[in-house]
Amino acid sequence: MNPATSATENTARPVAGLGHAEPLLAVRNLHTFFDTPRGIVRAVDDVSFSVDRGRTIGIVGESGSGKTVLSRSVLNLLPKKATIPAGGEILFEGRDLRPLSSKQMRSYWGPQLAMVFQDPMTSLNAVVKIGRQITEGLREHTDLNRRAAEQEAVALLRSVGIPAPERRLGEYPHQLSGGMRQRVTIAIAMACGPKLLIADEPTTALDVTVQAQILDLLARQQRERSMGMVLVTHDLGVVANRTDEIAVMYAGQFVEKAPTPIIFGSMRHPYTEALMRSIPRIENPSHTRLDAIPGRPPDLADLPRGCRFAPRCRNAQQRCLEENPPLFPGEQPGHEFRCFFPVGTPAGDEARERNVRDGRTAAGIDMDTLTKASA
Amino acid sequence: MGRLIGKKLLTLVPVLLAVSLLTFLLLSLLPGDPALLVLGGQAGSAESIAAVRTDLGLDRSLPQRYLSWLWAGLQGDLGTSYITRQEVTGAILERLPVTFELMALSLVMALVIAVPLGVFSAYLVGGRFDKSVTGATFGLLALPNFIFALILIGVFSVGLGILPATGWSPLSDGVLENLRSAFLPALALSVGNIAVFTRLLRTDMIATLQEDHVTLARSKGLPTSRILFRHALRPSSFSLLTVAGLQVGTLLSGTVIIESIFALPGVGRLLFDAINSRDLLMVQGIVLLLAVIFVLVNFVVDVLYTFLDPRIRSGATRVRA
Amino acid sequence: MSAPDPVPARTDGHIRDPAEQGHRSAASAVELEDSRFGHGGVTTEPPANGRRRTRRRGAGLLYRLCLGWLALIVFVAITAPWLPLPDPDTIDIAAKLAPPLTAGHLLGSDGLGRDILSRLVFGAQVSLIISLSAVGIGIVVGGTIGMVVGYFRGRLETTVMAGVDVLLAFPGLVLLLALIAFVGQSLTAITLVIGFLSIPIYARVARAATLAVSQREYVLAAGLMGARTRRILFREIMPNVILPVAAFGLIALGVVIVLEGSLAFLGLSVEAPAATWGSMIAEGKRHLSDAIHIALIPSVVMFLTVLSLNLVGDVLRSRFDVREANL
Repeated sequence: MNPATSATENTARPVAGLGHAEPLLAVRNLHTFFDTPRGIVRAVDDVSFSVDRGRTIGIVGESGSGKTVLSRSVLNLLPKKATIPAGGEILFEGRDLRPLSSKQMRSYWGPQLAMVFQDPMTSLNAVVKIGRQITEGLREHTDLNRRAAEQEAVALLRSVGIPAPERRLGEYPHQLSGGMRQRVTIAIAMACGPKLLIADEPTTALDVTVQAQILDLLARQQRERSMGMVLVTHDLGVVANRTDEIAVMYAGQFVEKAPTPIIFGSMRHPYTEALMRSIPRIENPSHTRLDAIPGRPPDLADLPRGCRFAPRCRNAQQRCLEENPPLFPGEQPGHEFRCFFPVGTPAGDEARERNVRDGRTAAGIDMDTLTKASA
Repeated sequence: MGRLIGKKLLTLVPVLLAVSLLTFLLLSLLPGDPALLVLGGQAGSAESIAAVRTDLGLDRSLPQRYLSWLWAGLQGDLGTSYITRQEVTGAILERLPVTFELMALSLVMALVIAVPLGVFSAYLVGGRFDKSVTGATFGLLALPNFIFALILIGVFSVGLGILPATGWSPLSDGVLENLRSAFLPALALSVGNIAVFTRLLRTDMIATLQEDHVTLARSKGLPTSRILFRHALRPSSFSLLTVAGLQVGTLLSGTVIIESIFALPGVGRLLFDAINSRDLLMVQGIVLLLAVIFVLVNFVVDVLYTFLDPRIRSGATRVRA
Repeated sequence: MSAPDPVPARTDGHIRDPAEQGHRSAASAVELEDSRFGHGGVTTEPPANGRRRTRRRGAGLLYRLCLGWLALIVFVAITAPWLPLPDPDTIDIAAKLAPPLTAGHLLGSDGLGRDILSRLVFGAQVSLIISLSAVGIGIVVGGTIGMVVGYFRGRLETTVMAGVDVLLAFPGLVLLLALIAFVGQSLTAITLVIGFLSIPIYARVARAATLAVSQREYVLAAGLMGARTRRILFREIMPNVILPVAAFGLIALGVVIVLEGSLAFLGLSVEAPAATWGSMIAEGKRHLSDAIHIALIPSVVMFLTVLSLNLVGDVLRSRFDVREANL
């Protein structure tokens, strides 16, 4: 049983009516708040995006941006007790997943939705054999018997590029290398042929040499199964060539969202610009100072009144300290950004020059600190 | 793998030797003439005392006595009691099955009760169930096993009259009767362990449930019971196993009290009777045997741990302590 | 565009959602760290201190009750000879098996007509003396051994710890019973034997604590400054070792009380007719059907005492742990 064809057979279905195709996943105004003794943590604060079959959206953000909470929120994996109901919809093929109980979600998890986690050493159960970890999902959602499920597992392992798959069934995670372990988690995710895959930092815990292989594998699986994919990462380089759309997340909100070429070509938000700048380039001479973004993301339990990036922004003006900007549409379709003085616009350039003249931004940060010398 | 066991065996032997030495010394260096002690209150004529002296080899040096005692012991001869005229080894072996059954039953009971309590209080942590379980285990820890035994007798024997307060029905007389007579003693013996196991499992599981692999199991759409008992329980069960093994010592001590209360023909009761009648040889033999059992059980648990935890089995470094 | 937010109330420049008050009380029952399936990787945990504070507030009343009970026991045990109680050993067959609240016997009398309340009080004396002394011996001797051994390491450590391991290889009560039987059943003997047998445990605890501390910088610094060993031991190491050892000892008090109770129950504690809780319970066993109070009352008292010791010990230990974490 070829997993690729069985997956596409499973998952191919007529597109919903209404004249235009409904997106596979449409997240609308999602809020995820936690109540903690320190205060309400607004981990996801009004996030909206959508993904279609066969398309990929990359969500880029630092640690503390809320991207991990976002990934688990979208799959409804967060325990209900820990979160405060705060609005938003997660429409999967038109159906809102948010109000569903865990029991109801169980028919989605596996056959419809799947996730790949960051560190395969902790996301795999260290004391359960690999074969079991793959087959139990299969046996839960299909009526394959043990033998058939094992055969399917072998096929899955082969399709993710693991050599000698029969032997792996009886092995434990620690007996495999890091890259192989991640391939196993991908196999587990693919087992029931999901329509949507969320990959949360799938390559962060791996060697650089292996990272590209894993990303290629994910892309191939997506193509073969025509899945929608959400790729969450802190690394712009990971999403550069592998996504159709990119959303940049900061302090619980999307600060910019656009089709990939537009983001790289005409970014508008200063944070996006700063992220781009901080990627080390191979053509730079050695000992080039890394252009890191000074400062730290804000505490999600104690957010400032104005724009959340203002304390670290080169363009910051007084208005930025008082109002949190809403999402503005860009000139090109599908482009949104959350900034009053966006990069590459007259207003933004003016704001930058004003700050350079004053030597500091409206937030009081010294311009020299924000404009590190990069040779 | 075999080398690991071999290494552990090497440490085992000196410990056993030391234990035997200590037993021998402790009871041989007690105040008073050993010959008189051994005879208990039955000191008779000077000849009988002299006879005992030669018997015990009191004319020889301490090391010589120890070695001959040890040598005889290794061959299964722990002497003959002057008080009861029984052969020590024989008397002990006769009663060992009862004590073992009692301890095994008690461990099983404790696990059967503690595992679901621990798992569900970890799953429902902070809720009412969890809080009541935590309170209950706290209470159980403060409850001595003999008081618990009396409570059980009071409720089930005196009050309800459905279970016997004393007496032992051996397996040969029927399994049901045997279990009936063993139920209350085993339960009384397990009171401490129920609390210890529950608490341990709860703490361990709370940590395990936070780990990524549990979230992944959820994202596979597995039912909760499977996640709890097939995924989360596994890694936590190793420390439970270790503690269960270590608790054998407490169990052994507990049998002395429990067997006395319920009048069971076990080794614990034998020890109690021997102490009451000041039967030195018997006491020495029993103490030695119980200590050896304890050491061996710890050894077995240690080895079993290596066998069961797949991470250790193939020599990988442990991921979770 | 985003959905309209509720009107934000501005307080010192930060937005506070007015709806959050209701949310907070509803969700406050479950703290983030306690969420069932967790969400590995999310760094939104509240600091340890915050949680401890909440927990301690809740345990306040219970804690005070337990302290009160312990204080009562200690007070009663100390002032026993001067309290207006009947003699605990006077036998009065006519008044035997009297239930509680009989004239002259506030808590009733036992099978020989002896007053239960006064036997309880004098039994408290025995329990307290034995447990405090035995634990004291264990802490002082065992603690010192552990500290010395843990500081000097080397051959001394290996030998001593091997000895400790061997002693701990004996199931506790068994050896205790055997020794008591042959050493005698006086208060002194029992105390000494229990104390001796508890030395290994304190040695272990003290050694572990010493090992942890002796690598810390201020100890090494003291050594470098030429401080004499004895000074280092007492000024730097001991204060840090005392805390875990004392916390352990507090809980051990409960264990020893139960231990002595078990001994007494078996008739192997202080010789009759001396009143001890354990022997009272043993006598009560005979009368479970007709006069349950004889066994019940001392059982309840023993249980409450051990429970209080455990709870107070637990609270104190978590308090000290917090301080350890901040170091």
